[in-house]
Formats: sequence, structure tokens, C-alpha cells
Amino acid sequence: MRLGLVIDLDVCVGCHACAVSCKQWNASGTTGALPDYQPYGAEPSGVWFNRIRHFEVGSYPNSKTVNFPMSCMHCEDADCVTVCPTGASYKRAEDGIVLIDQDKCMGCNYCSWACPYGARELDRSTGTMKKCTLCVDRIYDQNIPVEDRQPACVLTCPAHARMFGDFDDPNSEVSKVVREREGYMLLPELGYNPTNHYLPPRKHKPIPVEMSADKTGLAGKLKQFVNRMVKR
Amino acid sequence: MHARIPTEDHARQEVKYSTCYMCACRCGIKVTLQEGKVRFIQGNRNHPTNQGVLCAKGSAGIMKQYSKARLSEPLIRKPGTDRGAGEFEVISWEQALDILTQRLQEIRATDPSKLAFFTGRDQMQALTGLWAQQFGTPNWAAHGGFCSVNMAVAGLYTIGFSFWEFGAPDWDYAKYFIMWGVAEDHSSNPIKIGLEKLKRGGGKFVTVNPVRTGYSAIADEWVPIKPGMDGLFALSIVHVLLSRELFDYEFLVNYTNATWLVIQNPGHSDDGLFLRDANGQPQVWDLERETFVNGIEAGITPALFGDFVAQDGRRLKTVFSLMAERYLDERYAPANVAAECGVPAETIERIALEMAHVAFKESIEFPIEWTDTWGRKHDKVIGRPVAMYAMRGISAHSNGFHACRAIHFIQMLLGALDGPGNFRARAPYPKPIPPHQLPENNVDIINAPNTSLSRPPLGFPTRPEDLVIDERGNPLRIDKAYSWEAPLSSHGLMHMVITNATNHDPYALDTLILFMSNMAWNSSMNTQAIQDMLRQKDPESFGEYKIPFLVVVDAFHSEMVNFADLVLPDTTYLERHDCISLLDRPISEPDAAADAIRYPLVPPNRNVRPWQEVMVELASRLKFPAFTNKDGTRKFRDYPDFIVNYERSPGVGFLSGWRGKDGDKFLKGEPNPNQWQAYIDNQSFFAHHWPDNQKYMCFVNRDYLEVASDAGFVGKVEPIIMQFYSEPMQKFRLAGQGLYDGPQPKDPADKERLTKYFDPLPLWYEPLEQQRVDAEEYPFYALTQRPMFMYHSWDSQNAWLRQIMAQNYLYMNARKAADMGLKDFDWVWVESRNGKIRCQLKTMEGCQENTVWTWNAIGKQKGAWGLKEEASEATKGFLLNHLISELLPERNGERRITNSDPVSGQAAWFDLRVKLYKAETGESGSWPQFPAIKRLPTDHYERPDVLRYDARVEDNDKAQS
Repeated sequence: MRLGLVIDLDVCVGCHACAVSCKQWNASGTTGALPDYQPYGAEPSGVWFNRIRHFEVGSYPNSKTVNFPMSCMHCEDADCVTVCPTGASYKRAEDGIVLIDQDKCMGCNYCSWACPYGARELDRSTGTMKKCTLCVDRIYDQNIPVEDRQPACVLTCPAHARMFGDFDDPNSEVSKVVREREGYMLLPELGYNPTNHYLPPRKHKPIPVEMSADKTGLAGKLKQFVNRMVKR
Repeated sequence: MHARIPTEDHARQEVKYSTCYMCACRCGIKVTLQEGKVRFIQGNRNHPTNQGVLCAKGSAGIMKQYSKARLSEPLIRKPGTDRGAGEFEVISWEQALDILTQRLQEIRATDPSKLAFFTGRDQMQALTGLWAQQFGTPNWAAHGGFCSVNMAVAGLYTIGFSFWEFGAPDWDYAKYFIMWGVAEDHSSNPIKIGLEKLKRGGGKFVTVNPVRTGYSAIADEWVPIKPGMDGLFALSIVHVLLSRELFDYEFLVNYTNATWLVIQNPGHSDDGLFLRDANGQPQVWDLERETFVNGIEAGITPALFGDFVAQDGRRLKTVFSLMAERYLDERYAPANVAAECGVPAETIERIALEMAHVAFKESIEFPIEWTDTWGRKHDKVIGRPVAMYAMRGISAHSNGFHACRAIHFIQMLLGALDGPGNFRARAPYPKPIPPHQLPENNVDIINAPNTSLSRPPLGFPTRPEDLVIDERGNPLRIDKAYSWEAPLSSHGLMHMVITNATNHDPYALDTLILFMSNMAWNSSMNTQAIQDMLRQKDPESFGEYKIPFLVVVDAFHSEMVNFADLVLPDTTYLERHDCISLLDRPISEPDAAADAIRYPLVPPNRNVRPWQEVMVELASRLKFPAFTNKDGTRKFRDYPDFIVNYERSPGVGFLSGWRGKDGDKFLKGEPNPNQWQAYIDNQSFFAHHWPDNQKYMCFVNRDYLEVASDAGFVGKVEPIIMQFYSEPMQKFRLAGQGLYDGPQPKDPADKERLTKYFDPLPLWYEPLEQQRVDAEEYPFYALTQRPMFMYHSWDSQNAWLRQIMAQNYLYMNARKAADMGLKDFDWVWVESRNGKIRCQLKTMEGCQENTVWTWNAIGKQKGAWGLKEEASEATKGFLLNHLISELLPERNGERRITNSDPVSGQAAWFDLRVKLYKAETGESGSWPQFPAIKRLPTDHYERPDVLRYDARVEDNDKAQS
């Protein structure tokens, strides 16, 4: 199994719902708490597993605003695992999820330097690295309904821009949608083979219209209107 | 080997369903509690509003529940200290209620209008309005006057339902969606769910907005219009549709007043009114019978076009002929509006033609049998799948009423209303046009002591006689709603209350109650001046303030709380009973009438009471008739008891589900003592799904209207004919022209405004403020919007949401900035005719070139909202409000007039024009700065440098109480 996410950039409106839902689930989850620094002071910050980048492409008036959620890509060839000196960082054989064993991590930050996606964050109070777990403490919970066994970000996304599934299964929803919509990996040239994929914006087909300058003046147009017999 | 990953300990958890209140969306939530602490808030999969999803605000409810800004005891301004100094003393609830009861008793027994009660959040207007009506004051409204009344009123005077929230796009079947000026707002989850459905189905999404953020980011086409020009753009689309004869002839003849005959008699009192028969029925010309017939009836063949002569010799034209004459004029040709709108003519024409193509060439037919109000059976419904939604960008201009009507014109021409794939009504709408409810305007009743009003304070005037003015023409309401200054102000003008009350214009108040509204900060125009007004003493009454007694009801320590004489601390949404009622603003969707409740999920750990409870308590103490038994004892034990047992009319109460003694009736039925439990057992909402034959064309759908009539949504089963031409508007215009048979204004300013702006057909005019401001000196339009993760919430207090944004910037077009030598993070001065501010700049591509904008309500006063004084919101964040005046620029010989739409009284936030220039080196930080608000005596909250919230750990938030 190779579990991961598909994020549909055609419909992501950048609302941060996924990020906050992730925060609340994981704050009280397997790697919780997630600290907040100066939560009521100047320049508040904290540990988040999922952050939304906003940027623009093109120039006015043909610019496009892009909202780009980023979290751990659960790479097949994860350098963050290779560089970890304590073995805390590991990739699970059974489902490909990359996790950090909080008992082994010493917070050396090697993994965050190795990760080009900015997925790993240091919890300054515990001195350990934290990151997206794909809600591993939720997706295998046999005591909740099957439809709820998904990462919090996927369950909550109001635009249904996030999908979760097994990329090893060619018939899974994620595999199919990546095939059909030409889903892509972020920075494939780096060779980490990320599991998560992004779907590019759809292209809308032009609507057939007949443009023509109508040169008749007002009087002419009024004359053209003929009453039709429409009975109520 | 790695440790096995533990899952949740469900044995320690409890799951409850309620309704979110992090914004105005009212989504269903599934709350997991871990031994009383909030573990996880999710969307409720079964809920009609959000269908399982939840936005950032909803998910951050935990941090609201444990906010450091929570009020915890009733407070009174410390004797001998000045208002606004922030010195308070704790008092008991008994003391607080005694003080307030005594004060209110005296007002009610002398001059009830001296109480004004205005509410910010307005999801319980059915109760607050009833309370004000029972008290006997006309001075009540919610925040709609400074929010979106243009959308509500334009819709309700035109199509019988409206943008805002009495209608919704039919996302399942729409093929073309055009969004007008929606600032990341309203209907937050439903719009996101809908946009994805639309795009998945291959529909096209066009956004008309000067700024490309949020929803607009994913639009297939962005139309970066100049602010305030939407009405002109829409009327140009009307021009294109008319000139190509692209309109739904059947729809116009059957369901609109396009065929009605308008009297052409300039200079006379009947000019511009409909030709009516002896019974008052509007007349049309029947092409078959060649005579005038009743335009409401069936069996007629009305002429859509033409000039006619009445039997008495008066000249007549059909509404549609009047429209053709006006909008086919070259004034509205795309080429002639392109420069003003900032949109190429080709784009305007193409969008009009695209809409027409989708409406007529890609229409949908469902084989659904339905019967219309004339008894005619139809074997299908036809859907013109062009959907629209419009909000703040249209609404917040002083030409917004007409702009919104212009948009409804496009929908009517295309026949794209309340059918599959277009813009559909949500019960209890559609209603008659306008709804049959008039505001109380009987002077004797309003002035009578200890007397309830005979009608609600708000309603829908249809003629000058319905205005709420005295015999001399002076306003009877403190906000001057329903006066000549704003005749159709059906949500009141909350933004004028403090100014008018301070100026004792039209009269002085005694007590102002503000519920959940930050009028001393981001909810007021002209913030600094408003704060000064709140502090202003009355030289004629020693020691008294101009507004003598100010009661603030809120759950959190806002800037407004700082100015209170009496603070009544409210509960959070997870701590109280609430109902989201069909009598008010329900959660209905086009396919279902629906309402919802909240109930206490966690016990409050502070000495706070729900405002609903306090209102019922006060109503009982003051012996309001509806709250008192014949023997003088109180009728309702508490709020839940009131909700179950109060009946507006027999069988119709606040909650429509599980009515009847056995709980087996819906919409109508006698009270059910177990109704709350029934809601709780059913995930806190009720939905009545309309059968197929009652889903569409509700405005003339007999089977739907029969149910609607029985449930009290409408008075009787009759067709609701959409109104291109608005006769109520014409009646006010006649009054302005001095031609009306009835009340007429005396002030030349009113005459001019009525004559110009009460056009019965939509027109575009330059926004009022801009007519009086030099565009060369102030070259930029200035706008605000709320970010999605804080829309309709004041969540800078929220430890998680403020991490997404704790400082706002002023955004402007990158090329324009470069031309002016400005770059990212420069500190700039921004000046308007009303004042200046200093703020930090960011440039972007997705911003119309003549526009600057910022995120509203991020800026906070130091010390407010439980934040530390050094919070970025206070040091770097800013409000644009300082630049906006609640009054139009002064004009010689004219009284000061509200900066609002002249029809609806909608606050004209977006009419602002500014100039900007780089601050001097060394000038940094936002300006103006205000003194830090003092900590409340009850505020013992710890503000830790590091927060580690974990619902499983008992003691990690020990400073929460």
C-alpha cells in the first residue's frame, strides 16, 4: 500500500480549513500537543502539519491566484528518513506513511534540512520534530465508521479539493484521478518520488457565441420587436 | 521496531451534534468531547448546509471556547470614572438585572422610543424583534443596514427572494455561474461545496471583482471591474440581450410584470403608475381580445411591447417597451461603458452572449409534473442553467440597490430564476413583492407609554404613507430608517445610531443596548470620532453623557465593551440554547425547508448567562404582554420554554420540526413539550425536503404555495409576479416631484434624492460620496474584505486563526505601485476626505489598477480581545474605517446626510476614495494608535508564551476560568 493525498488546484480556494482541522485533530492526537508560540502576543506562530501557500502567476489582468496547500509528501525515497541519525524518522513498509518516533527524535533538524517541501517542524518545547502523519491514528480506527477513516484535512475540505487513498491500487480514486487529470508530483527532479500529487486547473472549453456589432440604432431595434402570441 | 500507533480512547469521549456559530453560515457540527473538553469539531455529514465539511473557523472553535477574551461576570462602570476609561466593578446578576429593569421600566412608562436596541449578529431577530415590539420601541434593528440590505431589499422588491440568504445557486445543475463582488464571504461552506460541483460538471465560473483572491482565484474568467461600476456593467449586458432579442418571452409574459401597462402622464399624480381596474388589478393589453384585461389572470394573451391609449385617453406603455427604450439606448452599449467599467466592450458582449447561449441552447428539462397557481398542469420544468450570486461588492455602494436590481433584470430576461441550474429560492421565500409586512408607524402607538407596537419595527413600505415619520415629516426612529432619507431601509441603519443619538437628532436616547456588535471599532465608520461621541457629555444635563446609558452584551472583551456602563456577559455557542428559526433567517436550502438548534454541550465555567435567557427574564420582569399570563405571572420559565410554547399564530412557532403533542407534525402544529429533545435526538436540525412537484418555480407553484400558506410563509396562494418595474419606487419619486397624492418631503435635498434615485427601473449613477470628492486628488478606490478564515467572526482572539493572519497590509496593483515608486513592505500614508492612516503596503497582480484594498477588522485596539498589548494586530494592523465617514461630504445649505444608499440606507463602505504616498524614513507602525484598553477586573487569564492545547490533558489550560 502507498497511502497519500491528491490536492486539486482547480478548486482549492485557499480557505485554510484543511490546515486548521489538521491542527485541532493532531493537537490532541498521537504526536500532540502542537505548540503555539506567543499565541496571544506579537507575531504568533506554531507547529502546523499543513500550510497553505498563496502566490500569483502571470501579470494583471491575466494573472491567476494560486492557493497551494503543502504537507508531508510521504516520499518513496525520503531523504528525511535516510539522514536521521537516531532512526526516529521512518517510513512504514505496510502503507508508506513517513512518521517520526517521538521517543527517539532528538530534534537535530537534519530531516527538516533534507526535506525540500518544508514539511517538518520543530516542537521547541519537546525538542522533537513533528509532521503530517496522514492522521494515522484515525485512518485505522476500527471504532469509527469507514467513511470517517480519512485524514482530518480530507474530511473537512469544503471544496472537496483533497482526496486520500492508495496509490499502489490502480483502481483507487486517487490513482484514477491522477491519470485522468494529469496529476503531477512537486519537484520530481529532486528524485524523492513524492506520493502526494497535485491536479492542475481544468481548462474550460470556450462557449460558442457569435460576436457582431449591431449597428441598428434605437429606433430600428424597437421596430424589430414584434409581439408574439403567448398565452398565459 | 516502532511502537504501535494508538487510536482514540472512545470510552472517554462523547459525541454531540449542534450548530456552528463561528460565522453566520450555521453549519451542522459534530463535537467530540473528551471528559468535558473539546477534542474535535467536525462538520455533520447529514446536515443540509455543510454536508460534512467545515471551514477553518469552524475547526478553530476550540480556541474560541478557550479564548482569553471571554467575559466572566456582569460589570458596571466604576462610579466616578469616565466612560471609556475601562474601569469596571463586578456586580451580581441580580444587581445587573435590577438596574436594567428599573431603567427600562421607567423608559417604557414614559417614552419607549428612548430605548434603542441594536444587535450585531442577527440570527435571532425573531426574538429580538419581538422583544423590541413588546417593549414598544421602534428603535430596533440588526446589522443588516451596514452589511447587505441592498441585496435583501433589491431582491424582495423585485423577484420575491434575494441574494444574501433567501436564495442559492442550484449548484447541482448550473452550467454557468457568475459571481458579483462576493468578498470571500457569506455562505462560506455552501459556496465552496458548490464551486467544486460546478467545476466538476464542466460549468464555467466567471467572477466580477476588482480583487482576485479567495473564490475568485479559481474562476475560469476574472473580470477586474472598477468598484461601483457593477450596475453599469449589468445594464450593458441587459442592452446586449435586448438588442439581440435574447430573452425568455414565455417567462416574461407568464411570470413578470413586463407586460403591465404604465400610465404616461408627466406632471400628474398618476404618472408612471400602473393602469389598474376598479379592483386595483394591473391591466395588460390582450392581443387576441384586443382589449385591456387583468394582468394577473390566466387565459390572457398580453402584449409585451407597445404604446396604447386607455379608455379615458391616457397614454400607456408596456413595462417592456419602457425598458427597451431605456436600455437599448447607446448609453448602455458595451463600447460606451467599457472605459467607465474598466472592462473591454468585447468582454461585456461575450459574457452576455455566453449566458444567453447557456440559458437557451443548453437548457435543462426535468420530466416533473407540477401545477401553477392558475391551475394549469405542466409536464416538465425547464431550467435555464445560468446561476448567479452577489454580495458585498454590489451591496456596499450607494448605488447598490439599483445595481442589484440590474442583476435581477438579467436573471428575469434569461428566465433563470427558481428553476433547475439557476438561482433558487429558499423557504420561507419567495414572498409577495414586497413582503406584506409594514413597519410600525403609528405615532400614537409609538409614543404611548407601556404599550407594545401593533406591528414589528421593521417591514417593507410600498408608498410614502408607510414611512415611519411624524406629521411634520421628521423621523420617528433614531437611525432615521424609513424616513425620506432612506425610505426602504428594511434592516435599519445601525451605522447611524451613535452619531444620531449623540447629536440628539432626531431626538435624545436614554439607553442604548448593543448586542454582539463592535460599534466602537471595526463595525463603525469613522471609528475615532465614534469613540469620541461615546465619551461626549451633555452640556445641558450635568454629568450625563449624550447617550446616557450604554449596555453592552457580548461574550468577549471587545473594544465596544470598554465603553459600556453595564456589561452583560454572554455564553459561547457551545454553552447555550439557541434556535435558527424559519421565522427569521433559517438554514433552508432550495430543496428543503430547514431550521436548527444549539444546546449546551459544555457547562459555562464563568458567571455568564445567554442573552436569550436574559431577554426572556427582562420581558417577564417588564410584563410584556406576550410574556405574561392574564393573572400577571410570567408565562415562560426560561428561553427553552419560550421557544417551545410561544406561537406566533396558532401552530406556528420558532421551531418547525416535531411539532404537535406527539411530535408527529412539521411546519405547523401545537407545541410539543419534548421538542428540544427531538431536535437533540436528530442531530440538532430539522429538514423538510420538498417533493419534486414543489421544488421549482415556487413563486407560482400551487402545491408549494399551499404548504407555504399553511405554514405562514405567505398569506395566501396567489401568483408572485416578478417586478421589473417597481411601482413603490415610482410612488416615492412622485412624492419627490411634488406630485404624490399623499405625504411629500419638504426639504429640497430629499426632493432631489427621491426624484433622482427612486427610478422605477434600474439606473446607474456615480456613488454619492464620489459625486462630491475630487477624483484627481483622491485617485484610488479603497475597499476591504474579510479573509475566509475570519469572515463574520472577530477571531483575532483565536490563537490558531491569528497565526494565519495577525497583521493586515494595504494591497495595490504591482505595476501601479512601481509607477509610484512604491514597493512591498513600504509604510505608506493613506488619506481620504475624512482623515489619514499609516499602514504597510504589499503589491499584487490580481488587483484592479485604480483600487487599493485591505483585510478588514484585523487591526485591534491595544488590550482588547484578550491579546497582549504588543500584539501585531494593534501595532501593525490597521482599520480603513478611520477614512470613511458615516456622513456625506457637507454641501452648502444642505443638512448632513447619511453616507448610505439613498433607497435602502445601506452603509456605503466601498464608495471611499483615497490617495497614498510613501511615509518618511523612520515612520513605521500603524497610525492612529489608541490608548491601551485596561484589563478587566475579572480577567485572570494567563497568556502563556507557549500554548500546548491537548484535550486529553486535564490541566493544560488551567487559566481558562
